Order: sequence, then C-alpha cells, then structure tokens
Amino acid sequence: MRTSIKKSSSRLLFTGAVLAAIVAPVFVVGQQSKPWEKVPVPALHEFKPHQPTRIQLKNGIVVFLQEDHELPFVSGSIFIPGGERDVEPAKAGLVDMYGEAWRTSGTEKMSGDAMDDFLEAKAAKIETAGDIDSTQLSWESLKGDSDQVFALAMDLLFHPKFSEEKLQLAQQQAAAGIARRNDDESAIAERESAKLVFGPNSPYTRQPEFATIGAVTVADMQAWHDRSLKGKLIVALSGDFDTAAMEAKVRATFEQLPTVVPAPPRHDEFKSSSPGVYFINKDDVNQSNVQIVGMGTERNNPDVPALAMMNEILGGGFASRLFQKVRTEQGLAYAVGGGLGFEYDHPGEFRVEVMTKSPSTVDATKSALNEIKGLTSQAFTDVELKRAKDGILTSFLFRYDTREKVLSERVMLEFYGYPADYLETYRTALEKVTLPDLKRVADKYIEPGKLAILVVGNESEIKPGLDALGMGAVHPIDITIKQPKPPSGTPGGAAQ
Amino acid sequence: MQNRGYIRFFRNIAVATATVVFAALPVATLRAQDLKSFEQKITTKVLPNGLTLIICTRPDAPVFSYNTFIDAGDVNDPSGESGLAHMFEHLAFKGTTEIGTTDYAAEKVALAKVEEANQAYEAENLKQVGKDPKKLEELHKAFLEAQAEAHKYVVPNQFTEVAERNGAHGLNAETGLDETQYFWSMPENRLELWAWLESERLSDTVPREFYKERDVVLEERRMRTDSNPIGRLVEQFLATAYVAHNYGRSSVGWSSEVSQLSATEAMAFHKKYYAAGNIVISVVGDVDPKTAMPILEKYFSKVPAGPKPEDMTTVEPRQFAEKSLVIREQTQPFYIEGYHRPSYLDPDDAVFDAIQDIMSNGRVSRLYRSLVEQQQIAAEAEGFSPFPGAKYPNLFAFYAVPLPGHTPAQMREAIHKEIDKLKSADVTDTELQMFKTRTRAQLLHGLANNQGLANALSEYQTRYGDWRELFLQLAKVDKVTKADIRRVANRIFVESNRTSAEIETQAPAANAGKAEAGKNGGAE
Repeated sequence: MRTSIKKSSSRLLFTGAVLAAIVAPVFVVGQQSKPWEKVPVPALHEFKPHQPTRIQLKNGIVVFLQEDHELPFVSGSIFIPGGERDVEPAKAGLVDMYGEAWRTSGTEKMSGDAMDDFLEAKAAKIETAGDIDSTQLSWESLKGDSDQVFALAMDLLFHPKFSEEKLQLAQQQAAAGIARRNDDESAIAERESAKLVFGPNSPYTRQPEFATIGAVTVADMQAWHDRSLKGKLIVALSGDFDTAAMEAKVRATFEQLPTVVPAPPRHDEFKSSSPGVYFINKDDVNQSNVQIVGMGTERNNPDVPALAMMNEILGGGFASRLFQKVRTEQGLAYAVGGGLGFEYDHPGEFRVEVMTKSPSTVDATKSALNEIKGLTSQAFTDVELKRAKDGILTSFLFRYDTREKVLSERVMLEFYGYPADYLETYRTALEKVTLPDLKRVADKYIEPGKLAILVVGNESEIKPGLDALGMGAVHPIDITIKQPKPPSGTPGGAAQ
Repeated sequence: MQNRGYIRFFRNIAVATATVVFAALPVATLRAQDLKSFEQKITTKVLPNGLTLIICTRPDAPVFSYNTFIDAGDVNDPSGESGLAHMFEHLAFKGTTEIGTTDYAAEKVALAKVEEANQAYEAENLKQVGKDPKKLEELHKAFLEAQAEAHKYVVPNQFTEVAERNGAHGLNAETGLDETQYFWSMPENRLELWAWLESERLSDTVPREFYKERDVVLEERRMRTDSNPIGRLVEQFLATAYVAHNYGRSSVGWSSEVSQLSATEAMAFHKKYYAAGNIVISVVGDVDPKTAMPILEKYFSKVPAGPKPEDMTTVEPRQFAEKSLVIREQTQPFYIEGYHRPSYLDPDDAVFDAIQDIMSNGRVSRLYRSLVEQQQIAAEAEGFSPFPGAKYPNLFAFYAVPLPGHTPAQMREAIHKEIDKLKSADVTDTELQMFKTRTRAQLLHGLANNQGLANALSEYQTRYGDWRELFLQLAKVDKVTKADIRRVANRIFVESNRTSAEIETQAPAANAGKAEAGKNGGAE
C-alpha cells in the first residue's frame, strides 16, 4: 500500500501521450445511426467496496486495518499531522529534508545504511517522507518478514537518531533541487503562477533557498519529530494478516502513547490573486507555457459538486470545451486543460494551462481565456451537463475499485476531518447538479478580471508580443536564484 | 520503488522521451504453483484472422482493464516519415465510418480531396528550384478549404466521448519505438461496448482531422523534446550512438518530417502494421471467459488479416570508435553514457537485469553508495537498460546528475570506476541474491493491478509468443552467476563501444544561437 495524503483533487491535467479537453457543441447530429447505443449494457455486478476496520484508541490515535489475502504482502503507513506549511520561513525546506534524513539516519539500534542492507535483502521497504501538511512513515514486506519489519518501523518511529552526516546529504540534494529549479519550463510556470495566486511568501508557495536549507540543524529535525509525534496519528495497515491479531499488535504499540494534542488551527490569509499579465523569459525553448490562475475553493464548500461538473465541461476530458477548441479545432496545443481546484483544508487554485508554440502564444492565450469567460456568457446546455454527469458518475467506481483505494480514501477523510461516508454523499450531490446550479457557480466563482496570466517562454519568438493581449502592462518576473552559495557542508563547492 | 524524495531529475523525462516500457517490466519467475494458478485464470484464443485474445479473470471489483498491443512503433516509420506510428496512434482516436461523422459517404469524398490538395501543395513546397510563391499560396488556400469542407461532416472527439461517458478511466495510448499500446479501464458491464469501440477503431479507422492533429503532435514534440533540456540531450545522445538503426532516430519524429506527414502515409502504415496477426489484446478483471470470449471473438474477427510485416533488415554495425558530444547551454550540468548491447532475446538478457539492479536499485546500489553517499558528488546516479527500445540491439546506459559545484567529467570518472570494479571483481553473494529476491517480489506486486497485468500479458505474449514467459523468466534470473556478470561487463563496457553526452553549463551571454538549434529545422 502506498497511501498518501493527496493534495490536489480537481482533475486538472492531462495524461501522457494523449491528452484529454471541448467544443462548443455546434453540430447537430441528427442522422447518425449510433450503433454503439444499440450495444447492450447489462446491469453491473453487485459490489460493495470492502471497508477497512476503524479503531479509535483512547488516546485519540486512529487505526485502519484492511485485510487482503490476494498477495503475500503486508504494508503499513503512519500519517502525522504537520508539514512544510508549518515551518518557519527562515528554515523553508526543513520538512523535505526531514522526510529524507529521518529514514537515512536510522535508529539508535540500527543505522540507516544498515537498515538499507537489511531491508533490501528481503525486498522490503521502510520509507519516510515530508509533505505540505503531513509527514509519513510507511513500510512493506513479504508476509513472512512482516513482524520484523513492523518492529523496525516502530523503532524508527519512536527512536530515530538524526545524524549530521545524513542531514548534510539531504541538504546537498535540496541544494541540487534549488540550483536546477529554473531548468524546466513547466516547473517554473507551475511554481511562479502559484505565487501569483497565494502570494510569494505564503506557506503554500514559499520555496527553499540555499540559505534556508543551510539553516536547518539536527536539533531542528529532532524538535520537529518530537513535536509532530504528539499529534493525532493515523495508522493504516493492509495486506495478508488476521485483523484481530493485527489489532492486538497495534494496540500494544500505540495505546501506551499519551493523549494526542490537536493541531492548532491555522489562520492563513487567502487574499485574491494578483491580476494582470506576467512574463518570464526563457531563451532555450520554442513553446510557451501559459498559466491562467486565480483562487479556488475548499472541498467542504457545498458548491463543489456543481464546480466539479463545471470543471468537467471546461477542461475535464476529450469532450471538454478547452480540449475541443484549443486542441482539436485549432491545433494550438497538445497540453491544454484545467479547472477550479479544491483542497481539503484550504482553498485550491483556479488553473487553466496551455502549452503552445511561441508564435501562437497570444492566440492560444486568448482562446483559452475565451473559454473561461464563456463559462458565464455561453449558456451550459443539457447535452453538456448530461455528458459531464455520465462521465463522472460512470467512472466514479474507479475511486473505490481496490481495497487499497478504499483505505487510502478513508485515511484522507480521517486526516482532514471529513465524514467517512463523504464519497457517497458527494456522489449523490453530483447526481443532483442542475443547469441553474452550473450557471450560479460559474457566475459566483469565475471572475476573469481577477485572473493572473503567466507566460513562460522565449521572448524573441513570441510574435505578436504579450501586449497584443490588450490586458495592460506586462510584468516581468525575476526568478534569479539567490546565491549565498550552497550550504557550507557541500564538498567541492570551492574546488572549481 | 526508489522513494528518494523529490530529486528525480532524469528518469521520468527519459521514459517520456523514449517510452521504455520494457525497462519497467519485472523479469522474474515465480514458484510453479503461481504459474499454475494463473493458468486457471487465463484463457487465450487465436482468431482465424491471426489476432490473439487473452482474458484473465480477477473478479474483485466489477471493472476490467484492457491493453491492445501492436507489434509496431516508431522504429518502423519509413525513411523520411519519422513519427508516423505515433501520428497514426493519434488518428486512432478520431473515429470510424460510423462514429465521429454525420455522413461518411460525403466525408469520404471530401477527405480524398484533402489528400489531393495536400499532395499538390507539398509538391510545390518541396521544389528545390523554381518554387512559385504565388502558386504555393493558392495551393495552401485550396488545402485549407478542402479541410474546412471535410470538417463539415465531423463530430469532433465522438469516439472518446462515448468511451468517457461509459466510464472509461485512464484512457490513453502510448507509442514506443518497438510497439504501440492502447488502454483504459471500464465498468464490467461495458465489455461489449468496449469491444465494439476497440474493434471499430482498429479495423475501420478514418483519417479525419489529420492535419490539425499533426499540429498537435508538433506541440507534443516542442513540449517533450525541444523545450526540455533532457529531451534535447537524449535525442542528440541517441542520434550519436546509432549510425544505421532507427533507434537513433527521434521517436516523436524530426520536425521537418512530422510536418510533412500525410493521412495517406498514416493509412498505409495502418494497413501494413495493424494486420490482425500483429495484434495481441488482453483483458483483465471481472470478466468470465465463457461468456466474454464469444463476444470478443465476434467483434475482433473483423480486424483484417494480413501478411506479417517483414522483419527489419538493418542491424546496427559494431561500434569501433568512442563517440562523445557536448551541449553547451544555460542548463545545469548532466552526464549520460551508453554501451551497445544485444536485444532482449539474447541469452544474457537476465544478466543485464542483474547489472542494472546491482548498480542502480535503491540506496544499497553501487552507484548510489559511491557517487551520492560516499563521494557526495551526485544527486542521482543510475544505470539502466534496455534503452531506447528492447526488441533490437540497444544500449545499456548510465547517467549522473552532478551536485552543485561538480562536473560531468567527475561523473564520468566515478561511473567508470564502478564499471571497472564490476569487470575486475565478482559481485558479492548478497548482491546477487538481493537481485533475485527483489525481482520475484517485483513481479508479485505487478499481479495485483488489472491494467499493469493486462499490459504485461500483451507484451510477453507478443515478445515471447507465450504470456507464461512472464513467470518462466524466473528460471533465467535464478541461473545468473557472478561469472556471468563479470563476463558480460567485460564484453560490453569497453571504450570503443561507448557513446557519451553531457551538458556543460554556459553563461547566458555566450549562449547566442542556441535557441536556433531547438527550433524546427535546426537539425536538418
């Protein structure tokens, strides 16, 4: 099992070789014989997703056990509240490095390197990771090794020994990430456009610098670990075990912990984004990456089902307006799509993106903007709504077609404090979305005047230039990397 | 697998650039009873037209996944038509004579006129001498008008719309050098509908909206290759490593060639390579072969039979001179090198897997321990194979991502030291055993996923003529010895068999002219 707290939930992007996106449904298809409609579709085999057993310990820790005997593996994860957004700005990057060094350092009893040898010989894994709002410890092994691997994972959870050497290694990796962050056009576009939405110093967008990663110490990591372990842990196990036996084992390990300390509420400010046109020059590309961004919303907003339907119509698949127009009809892009995003515990982003050859930057941007504006000016049709509903509802099954997905979803809902039957109520709400709902949410959330447009591309080839968008001054963004040189620990830094 | 955090500078991009499906496949075996249990779940049938069907029953949830595997990819693109297999793959989403059109009879006439107009335009456009700009403009206008006329009959994206409305999940396709694959998952009660859609598009493709889609594919090239430093590097690296075989040719296609591909050429490719005998289709999920096989048989029998396409005659000649190339640009430094090795059918195939595992798999691997952990000169270092394809003799490649302040030359030297160790001393018993254990576990993991299993069954059926080879490969893995590794390392990893490529970082000012190379035409 590799559950993780998913950060983004709207179906925003595209897939690999063939992308998904609409059309103004201009064509009246009257004469088609539509033989596919004559193909019988029998009733679906009865199916009840296999829910994990949920156990709440007296101290507040929650345990999920998902028994599954298909393969001889046992895996587990522990989700720990608190992530990069909770780090002080001067130490940005701490949680990523913590996620790395926690595992590579190892424990009092067994160093990280020794752990590597021990686990790999058994084709087993123990890993740690840091995220924006959580950190995780996870493990996996063949059934026969599962007691040993569980014991080792618990040793790492309760007795880590953060090492100076492994922190340094993590710092070097982080430094490489910083030094290379302007090499890839799409990485720049995504990062810098998020700053236009949330602000450059927001806990959701600030980035590590050489100085901030260099400021992190072993003591910081230990302090982070001690603090976050007091939170409400969620323990999830799945695989080839007996639930009663596993429950006893997990209780024996976690019941002794003190009562959990709830995470303090966050008081993030989400101002509206910085509207306007922004530009970053990159002279080694022949394609512009255009991001049209603004503020999204939270998943618990009752408008989300209607917004999800609107997203499907705007940029959700091959039949979506953006795909049909910008890709299929105009041939201006391979990658185009987007929608209004929602996160579990803070607003997501509105994001539409299109990648197009330099000379068609203005055309493609205008075209995508038109489709966004069209959400409020071009009436949604029955055909569009029906199509979006069919697509979303028929494929809804794939949210819980494996025990692993069911477990993963339950963990996520528990982590963010959503009801366990969220998927069912969400599905019911999706079924009920009407055309007036669509119009209402489009009018409420689509504000083209508040959107920021960021273009990353090759200025010398972008003709006509971005001023042809007719949206006012083009603001250049400086992405020069601050260079107080890599952390002092980096060997060879001065050898050149 | 290798959960080393956010530092993954290379692998994903290389895979996207060259689609190395084989590299990701576990080559392993299981105990006999595992194969036996699968033999009970799997039904195969070769239809009279030559198409092979595989059904694997996994009734955990009311869904299924499928994989259609065409034994042809961009390696088969005719000379001057690079990118054609991929272009056809895009066309396969455009519908048939029944889906995607309001009036096929009229559309057919209009499409024929588009082809005529395109030919007339290209004939003038390609003239080396005596090209008439005015005539060219007129021909171009006529070409656009013909397209507009044909477009009148199009119901855009109807094929995919029907699939999506019926719950298609993960709908996609992938063109590699060796093969083309189509796949998605659906609720099980749509099995017959899927069989209708898939058999229609395989046998009754209509080349509509080809020229718009060509623009889309050119954008795909700009995204993956031209505007991506690693994409550019990999394309140049492969073009340098190969002198004769098509593995050295851009798999998405050179811009000049893609921009002149025609629908006629795409349909000729289809006729030749999408013959039923060249296709394997696997379905995995809540499907009962007793009722499902007759349905599949009914629909897929209409895929036209045809002669097996001739085998490729070109064999990459033995490399006898070391080659290297340097890209100087603003991008951060990078190093990659490759050595020619035989195809996946070589008796030593599993030995290459062993070398890859021991050199690259996880924090215990030799390259990680040496370059990342001990010397602390690289953020990432791995060896991988086969690349860029598996079907024909290919490369065993190594790459390293230097930490700030370190150079490609240091990466090269450090990699060579590790290769020399492999040649001069046996690997340890622990390393060899680790490879065998992990390979088995990796195969087991893959069995719990409908889509992954469908992909693997199609691939092994195609490549070995029997899906059982997915399990039987274990015997070969178990037979790999320390002496084999040394022998193969000494045979393959030699200077004269090496091609290397690096990015040397250059300050912006010295960079003039660089942008030109990335553009269409730079490589002509």
